[in-house]
Amino acid sequence: MVSMSKIATGNGHGENSPYFDGWKAYETNPFHPIDRPDGVIQMGLAENQLCFEFIKKWLMEHPEASLCTAEGVNRFKETALFQDYHGMPEFRQAVAKFMGKVRGDRVKFDPDRIVMSGGATGAHEMVAFCLADPGEALLVPTPYYPGFDRDLRWRTGVELVPVICESSHNFQITRTAMEAAYEKAQEANLKVKGLLITNPSNPLGTTMDRETLKSIVKFINEKNIHLIGDEIYAATVFKDPEFVSISEVIQEVECNHDLIHIVYSLSKDMGFPGFRVGIVYSYNDAVVNCARKMSSYGLVSSQTQHLIATMLNDDDFLHNFIMESKEQLFKRHKYFTWSLSQVGIGSLKSNGGLFIWMDLRKLLKEKTFDAEMDLWRVIINEVKLNVSPGSSFHCHEPGWFRVCFANMEDNTMEVALSRIRSFILKNNESIIPRKLCRRSSLKLSLSRSLSRRMDDFMSPAGIMSPHSPLPQSPLVRART
Amino acid sequence: MEFTRKNRQLLSRIATNDRHGENSPYFDGWKAYDSNPFHPIHNPDGVIQMGLAENPLCFDLIEKWIRENPDASICTAEGLDKFKDIAIYQDYHGLREFREAVAKLMGRVGGNRVTFDPNRIVMSGGATGANETAIFCLADPGDAFLVPSPYYAGFARDLRWRTGVEIVPVHCKSSNNFRITRAALEEAYEKAQRSNINIKGVIITNPSNPLGTVLDKETLRSLVSFVTDKKIHLVSDEIYAATVFSSPRFISVAEVMQDMDCNRDLIHIIYSLSKDMGFPGFRVGIVYSFNDDVTNCARKMSSFGLVSSQTQFLLASMLSDDEFVGNFLRESSKRLAKRRHVFTKGLEEVGISTIKSNAGLFFWMDMRPLLKEQTTKAETELWRVIINKVKLNVSPGSSFHCSEPGWFRVCFANMDDKTVEVALDRIREFVLQGKEENNHEADKSQGRAQRWRKQNLRLSFSSSRLYDESLMSPHMISPHSPIPHSPLVRART
Repeated sequence: MVSMSKIATGNGHGENSPYFDGWKAYETNPFHPIDRPDGVIQMGLAENQLCFEFIKKWLMEHPEASLCTAEGVNRFKETALFQDYHGMPEFRQAVAKFMGKVRGDRVKFDPDRIVMSGGATGAHEMVAFCLADPGEALLVPTPYYPGFDRDLRWRTGVELVPVICESSHNFQITRTAMEAAYEKAQEANLKVKGLLITNPSNPLGTTMDRETLKSIVKFINEKNIHLIGDEIYAATVFKDPEFVSISEVIQEVECNHDLIHIVYSLSKDMGFPGFRVGIVYSYNDAVVNCARKMSSYGLVSSQTQHLIATMLNDDDFLHNFIMESKEQLFKRHKYFTWSLSQVGIGSLKSNGGLFIWMDLRKLLKEKTFDAEMDLWRVIINEVKLNVSPGSSFHCHEPGWFRVCFANMEDNTMEVALSRIRSFILKNNESIIPRKLCRRSSLKLSLSRSLSRRMDDFMSPAGIMSPHSPLPQSPLVRART
Repeated sequence: MEFTRKNRQLLSRIATNDRHGENSPYFDGWKAYDSNPFHPIHNPDGVIQMGLAENPLCFDLIEKWIRENPDASICTAEGLDKFKDIAIYQDYHGLREFREAVAKLMGRVGGNRVTFDPNRIVMSGGATGANETAIFCLADPGDAFLVPSPYYAGFARDLRWRTGVEIVPVHCKSSNNFRITRAALEEAYEKAQRSNINIKGVIITNPSNPLGTVLDKETLRSLVSFVTDKKIHLVSDEIYAATVFSSPRFISVAEVMQDMDCNRDLIHIIYSLSKDMGFPGFRVGIVYSFNDDVTNCARKMSSFGLVSSQTQFLLASMLSDDEFVGNFLRESSKRLAKRRHVFTKGLEEVGISTIKSNAGLFFWMDMRPLLKEQTTKAETELWRVIINKVKLNVSPGSSFHCSEPGWFRVCFANMDDKTVEVALDRIREFVLQGKEENNHEADKSQGRAQRWRKQNLRLSFSSSRLYDESLMSPHMISPHSPIPHSPLVRART
């Protein structure tokens, strides 16, 4: 046996998490509307595929954005040779402009603080390397993106301490929860170096309100620890409440700006995960300088910097893209959540992200994570949908699932919805509310059986949880 | 950077230590260039950049290919239908066509004596990312790698900074042309063992940066058997493989392994398109390991530095074009050979010798006769003279951890022909002026390399009036990033 590093032989890469089993099921049997209509539909991938026609149209009209067109090839050489870790000025200006626009121009971003990284994945790792030593810890509110376990910990040796958020508070981050987590870390002799928040949230799809953000900034300022704001879903906010960035809040609250850092990316907001555009934006000069040196390990391809610079420096494109994206996401989200509510499935009320946080607690055999995993395997293997179980996001309560809705065509969405409907009808009839959509005979047969089931629904032993949709309006979303 | 005490507490040790390497004097030459860059028309007295190992000699061929192959881009009319699929493709395996094309290129560059497996091609953020990834896979903090010197200055950062791994140099000497001998390896290994340093492997760069030489079969076999005996890893950085412009040919460690008894699980190759193709901006780094576990681990780590799918797509198309690649490799070698020859000749005329080399984008220049004394301090003084008076940004041997003072790496490919002439003129003038300032007899140059008597030259260059005081001031010696107004400035070699 050949000796490798501890990092290499450990499990820090996180791929032994059951989260990846759904992927494997999908990969061995991927859905295709024609070639494989019984395959697994991918609903575990937070991708934004809704605006590509819009982008392609812009590309056709702007051949100079490419180094490979007649209009752009004269820049090929100088771009191919450009490896300065500062990044192209036009690229940084364009990204700073985009970030500002997404925040309603309520904040201005300084292009000189824009530092590149290998996607948001690289950005997170880089920030952890700059702020914490091996064995030190970051607080992370649950539920959180499973990739954090790898990105923040694997090669850095940094620990993560969860800040438990509960459905009873709509999973909002409370001061109490933050204090509790901080105490717990102290007791475990872990030095807390910072708090990482994801806003808009993955997996919740919600944005944080101003009060919560202020409370968070006050907390970290008092404890003199860093605040890392992962804002990679900022432009996916499709309805009110409006997105509020920590960059805005620090303009209103007394705090040490040296503690404030933002992680950004174009993977979700623009739908370009392949282009690996990660950004670290820090208000701390030393962190900017250090991160910039580290960016050598994951610079953005100059070819891509050139494309993005051209695209995002086009003010019209910027404005229109943001509007178009919001609209498409709004429509898709609305349709999806409404369709689910028709079969009694609720989700956390959300206004952003590329997914919903689906409430399947009533379908659990018992309120345990084992039961959640059992239900998950059924969803993967029988319903053939790759959704992501809440436990993979370190959710404190079993029964929640993240379901992505923006990474597929409309007809695939219909197939997914019909599979869900069939599954619910077959196995969990008692959760269906009295009134349904009026569109099909399906509705008739359901409502017949429903009047019976309404009694079940109202019974104390049954499903009278605050999370089920109210019976009278099909458009009511589940709220916690 | 000056850190306040507060910042030291707020930030990590990694963020506040020096292991990023930018405090090395190596970067001072950059600053001199940045503040006064040569331009044939706008700034003919500026500093000529000869510290940048770039390969811009064949862009005409590349541009021609680009124009003829619009479907290689996802942004052209011909390629736009692929835009979405490529933009969303983030699979860390990498596009199959990309891996196949890179594997094919690596094979060709090795003279087609080895076939590389596309499934072992793992991406990384340039060679910078590749080297770091390899170390993260193979060694723990505190472990060490043997690295024959002189070696690439960036290794100090890439191998050590965030990994916590150490470098133990294996000093190679000019007396045997800087060969890596088994004896030197054994000695370095034993010494490390005695100091309780855990050696996990050896890193070689072949072709060598900064020497521009290739390793012969004997040396490669000796390295492979050394690591097999000691059960340690061999990482072979082969990023200059296609810059070989004359014989002897490039031999990859992959070739040598084929007819040797060795443990393949110990062998790993680092590759990149930054030097061979001249695409440093595209950040194409490759880790190629013969060890399945390392391949799997490196692939997971590649998430931290994948190659942009837009770039993967372009290069998959370009490098699959056999005719183009063949032609490119031939032309590139030819042009590099020609350029090298111009310098060799020009330097010989004024009695400056360089190590005989057949690869790389630089030559290793012997300035030992011009040193006041055979010390690093004298080398640094001479270097400052070259930067400030001769106005050439060359790289001093000490920045490559060379154990003998007096050597300088000079890049020759990153400029046009006219600039080459200017550079040579300046060198001639500098050398001849040095001769004239001698009051003693100097050997007359007959057109063949000759050495001056050391003490004569030392006299002429000891004058402090040649030193630019401002270069010694703290703000110039600050380690930081190149001045932003120069668009072509880079922070690494």
